[in-house]
Amino acid sequence: MKFLISYLKPYKYRMLLGFSIKVTGTMAELFLPFILTHILNNVIGTLDLRRVVLFGILMILCAGAAYACNIIANRMAARISKDFAKEMRKDLFAKTLYLSCRDTDRFTIPSLESRITSDTYNVHSFVSMMQRMGVRAPILLLGGMTISFILDPFLALVMLFMLPFIFVTVYFISRKGVPLYTKVQHSVDDMVRVVREDTQGIRVIKALSKNDYENRRYDTVNRRLSADERRAGIIMGIVNPAMTMLMNLGIAAVVALSALRVSKNLSSPATVIAFMQYFTLISMAMMSLSRIFVMYTKCAASARRIAEVIETPDRFYVKNEPANSADTSHIRFEKVSFSYFGKQNNLENISFSLPRGGKLGIIGATGSGKSTLVKLLLRFYEIDSGGIYIHGKPLTAYTREELAALFGVALQNDFLYADSIRENIDFGRGLSDEQIVHGAKIAQAHDFITAIPDGYDHILSSKGTNLSGGQRQRLLIARAIAAHPEILVLDDSSSALDYKTDANLRAALVNEMADTTVITVAQRVSSVKNCDLILVLEQGKIIGMGTHEELLESCPEYREISDSQMGGAFVE
Amino acid sequence: MLNRGNFTRDPRAANNPNKFGASKLDRKTTKNILLRLGKYVIRQWYLFIPAIIMTLLSNQLSLLGPQFSGAAIGAIENASGVDFPTVWENVIKMILCYVVSALFSYCLAVIMIHLSQRIVCTMRKQVFEKLNTLPIGYFDTHATGDIISRISYDIDTINSSLSHDLVQVMTSVYTVIGSLIFMWNISKPLILIFAFTVPASILFTRYRSKKVRPLFSTRSRKLGELNGYAEEMLSGNRTINAYGKQDVISDRFNQRNEDAMEAYYRAEYYGATLGPSVNFINNLSMSLVAMFGGILYMLSVGGKVAPGTMFFISLAGIAKFVQYSRKFAGPINEFANILHEFQSAFSAAERVFRIIDEEPEPLDTADAKTLTDIKGLVEFDDITFGYTPEKTILKNVTVTAHPGKTIAIVGPTGAGKTTIINLLMRFYDPQSGEIRLDSLPNLKIKRADLRKAYTMVLQDTWLFYGTIYDNIVYGKENATLDEVKAAAKAARIDGYIESLPDGYNTVLSDDGVNISKGQRQLITIARALLSDAPMLILDEATSNVDSRTEIKIQEAMSALMKDRTCFVIAHRLSTIQNADTILVVRDGTITEQGTHDELMRLGGFYSSLYNSQFS
Repeated sequence: MKFLISYLKPYKYRMLLGFSIKVTGTMAELFLPFILTHILNNVIGTLDLRRVVLFGILMILCAGAAYACNIIANRMAARISKDFAKEMRKDLFAKTLYLSCRDTDRFTIPSLESRITSDTYNVHSFVSMMQRMGVRAPILLLGGMTISFILDPFLALVMLFMLPFIFVTVYFISRKGVPLYTKVQHSVDDMVRVVREDTQGIRVIKALSKNDYENRRYDTVNRRLSADERRAGIIMGIVNPAMTMLMNLGIAAVVALSALRVSKNLSSPATVIAFMQYFTLISMAMMSLSRIFVMYTKCAASARRIAEVIETPDRFYVKNEPANSADTSHIRFEKVSFSYFGKQNNLENISFSLPRGGKLGIIGATGSGKSTLVKLLLRFYEIDSGGIYIHGKPLTAYTREELAALFGVALQNDFLYADSIRENIDFGRGLSDEQIVHGAKIAQAHDFITAIPDGYDHILSSKGTNLSGGQRQRLLIARAIAAHPEILVLDDSSSALDYKTDANLRAALVNEMADTTVITVAQRVSSVKNCDLILVLEQGKIIGMGTHEELLESCPEYREISDSQMGGAFVE
Repeated sequence: MLNRGNFTRDPRAANNPNKFGASKLDRKTTKNILLRLGKYVIRQWYLFIPAIIMTLLSNQLSLLGPQFSGAAIGAIENASGVDFPTVWENVIKMILCYVVSALFSYCLAVIMIHLSQRIVCTMRKQVFEKLNTLPIGYFDTHATGDIISRISYDIDTINSSLSHDLVQVMTSVYTVIGSLIFMWNISKPLILIFAFTVPASILFTRYRSKKVRPLFSTRSRKLGELNGYAEEMLSGNRTINAYGKQDVISDRFNQRNEDAMEAYYRAEYYGATLGPSVNFINNLSMSLVAMFGGILYMLSVGGKVAPGTMFFISLAGIAKFVQYSRKFAGPINEFANILHEFQSAFSAAERVFRIIDEEPEPLDTADAKTLTDIKGLVEFDDITFGYTPEKTILKNVTVTAHPGKTIAIVGPTGAGKTTIINLLMRFYDPQSGEIRLDSLPNLKIKRADLRKAYTMVLQDTWLFYGTIYDNIVYGKENATLDEVKAAAKAARIDGYIESLPDGYNTVLSDDGVNISKGQRQLITIARALLSDAPMLILDEATSNVDSRTEIKIQEAMSALMKDRTCFVIAHRLSTIQNADTILVVRDGTITEQGTHDELMRLGGFYSSLYNSQFS
């Protein structure tokens, strides 16, 4: 609730204005029956045609006022709730992008996605509905109560007596309701996840003809979602009948009590009749409120999920630490250890340093920690011990922007998106055409791009599925190179390139980007053999370090890899 | 399924917003959507009928309540003092009435929840099962996020409309007809007022709806696009972080957010007039009733209208008429409000039905053969293919793969290698030419059989949320744990799996940090090793596996390839050089074909490619 209010705060004046207009409209509308009763009771009897028409016109005017006010108020409400939802979704998305990798892993992508979409939508529709329906009911309630107190305070107390029962019901149901709706949203996450996985893996599913299996897998989450929704609905369904019943029991009590009072001449039958009418009005208002309340429960569950993300503390901190001027290296790892789960070290005691313009190759078995090393350098994760330095300054002394400005990166599971090739290379950095073409040329992508009719303006499909694997990789490399970064990281990003293209790429990198420090993670010896320094990793430890020639001498594992790839040593 | 043809095949209804002929189509689609939604409801008749009965009962009871209270008050008003026995009797009746009515209405709520959940569950199921039958091309052209938006947001919109509004409408119809009858009995001339105002409401509502409908469609579509964008960008989370472009991407997201919200607002803005307008028309008719009722009354009192004739009305008559007209107006107002919600449900339903109606992969022909005892002779006969008619990817490709032989496909990236695989698996069908398996044309083989004849290991590994065990047995559900372990061992991933705290029961989460791309590939290889399909497709199957591991799994791979017809795409020439036939694909045609030695002697593209690794 506090969270919601903080987002509604900027609109308080507009909301106030909207509310007052809505109140005016509602008043005008509530006035109609009064006039009508007046006409019937007092005017028609006079047989004065002019007065009948006059009051008729007054009614029409009131109706007109209600019409205008309601439309204006509804539109204002729509506008406020739109602005509100926009802001909230904006913050949520921005925050999602700034989440640390650990937090992202914890929330999982499908869950973050449904928070941005369906949860935000739940909150949105509540805010919108509250403004539209949340005015009439309280007015009716307050007005009805006031009048009934004036009519007969004693009977009105009966009504007050009902209120605690209503509040207790509402309290207990909402205590049950919010967790139930939280569970519903959780099941939505699961459902979304299966759909997402299947659209991504459709080829494999079709190839293995696993439609039935997938349908069953979906059926499980689908049914669970339905069951959760049912459970929540069955609990929340109590609210409306319970409230109606309580109010109606109140009416019965009023009738019984008034019988006693009338017999003691404390009240008149006419008062009782009037009183009953207002009581009906009040109970209708209560029903409206109960509907809003049910919506609120759903909204509260979603708002909590949104708040959970937005209120996640930013784990990125910047420590002001001066550079060590004695340190002339560009990148230096010093006794770095890291573990994803805090159990087993995924990297252990990694130390090396690179001068500006140095070329580093990292090679090693699958799962040996190559990509992890890169992730640490990019500060996706915080190291557990040791230190990483760039220009002698620890990584933690760089701001996000400074850090990002240093790097050009092509990651292993990298992504392209539905936009032009130019934009995919530029990636929102506002690079010049020259830079983009230059980057594409070094990445050996220029030729295939210009062979496409639209060239750089060619629109890619989502994830670049209208390109081949090798073309995708070259675009990613072009993206990494285009801004001519200080440090270029290529994490296994040329695996789909044929040897010739790969060789051309390496040569172009050496020629065109001499001052750039390049870190290449690769499977192929040919991709790293010209590097100034090659690290051989195994199970998170460095087992060999040196140039290609040195390693051939000193590191048997490296020699083995090299032999296996250079020509004939193919094991049949 | 009724009329599904009409609904989808007319692309104009979907894509072309031009005015010409739009209204006619619009009405047709509206009617179709309504009918189809109705069918979903009627299919649950055993819930729907009790729901109607419950509605009537609980309404009737809640109407009885006021009668008893009226009787009780009558007893209070009794001239000879309060008649207590009658009061108590009626109060008890009231209490009973309200309690039972509350029970009924709760039962109704529970029934409605079951009803709407069944419908929604079915719809989601239909959409999902449809997705699995759609051709691959659909997924290449539709954003995942948009599909998700349809199956979650759109269906949810339909759900809330069904569960909240259906009862309302049912009750409304009941009250509307009831009060109409009463009004008819009191005064026929006054009803004439409604003969003007009700059609006015209906016409106005229809006119507005027609205008507002496209706005609601836009709203659903824009939300789908927003969802699509969010999904796309979230999967690129790391890269965005690496480039520090969070703000730029956020800005772009916000443009879409803005668009979606603007579309929402526009729909609301114009939709917002609906309720108050109908309300206004109702209020207007009430004012008119008061006025004309007054006039009629004066005429009646003045003796110009004889008692008992049509135009005669008493004061009590007017009062009652007004009461019923208010009862009559209430549901109509509510109706207009609901209609507003119906608009969004309609647009949502349209998007959902569009997936359900999407053309699936063509069914197997009636004479499609079941495959038994596959030898593995695969022939490409003069195949020409392009993903779009304008751009040909493969031109007149003719290849024969003999049983048990390995065909390696080599060529620059983008030359059409993966396309060949797509055609083999019938993910796409060629524009001309014929692919034959064991001399049977591909199109004459049951699609599922054909696909099962191949084991496929792709570069883009696909693992799902589930245990490692589940992921490995995916290709062969009845495999034992020992078989799974043997496969993992052969794929050299057993060490890693066993190092995990939960071993084979470790759940692979969505974007799990704990597993590298290479390890993912090894798991998919283990999955393939379990398969007993007679043919094999390897598309860069080991591109992310380091070469030492690759050598270690080579033994397993060789065993896998033995006696199977294999299609191999690889860049590592060492993987290729032992193939029985090497195809060099360039620009969609096969430029060289032969064994390693033959192609080396030829001195063409292959030999230069091969030599480049030593330079």
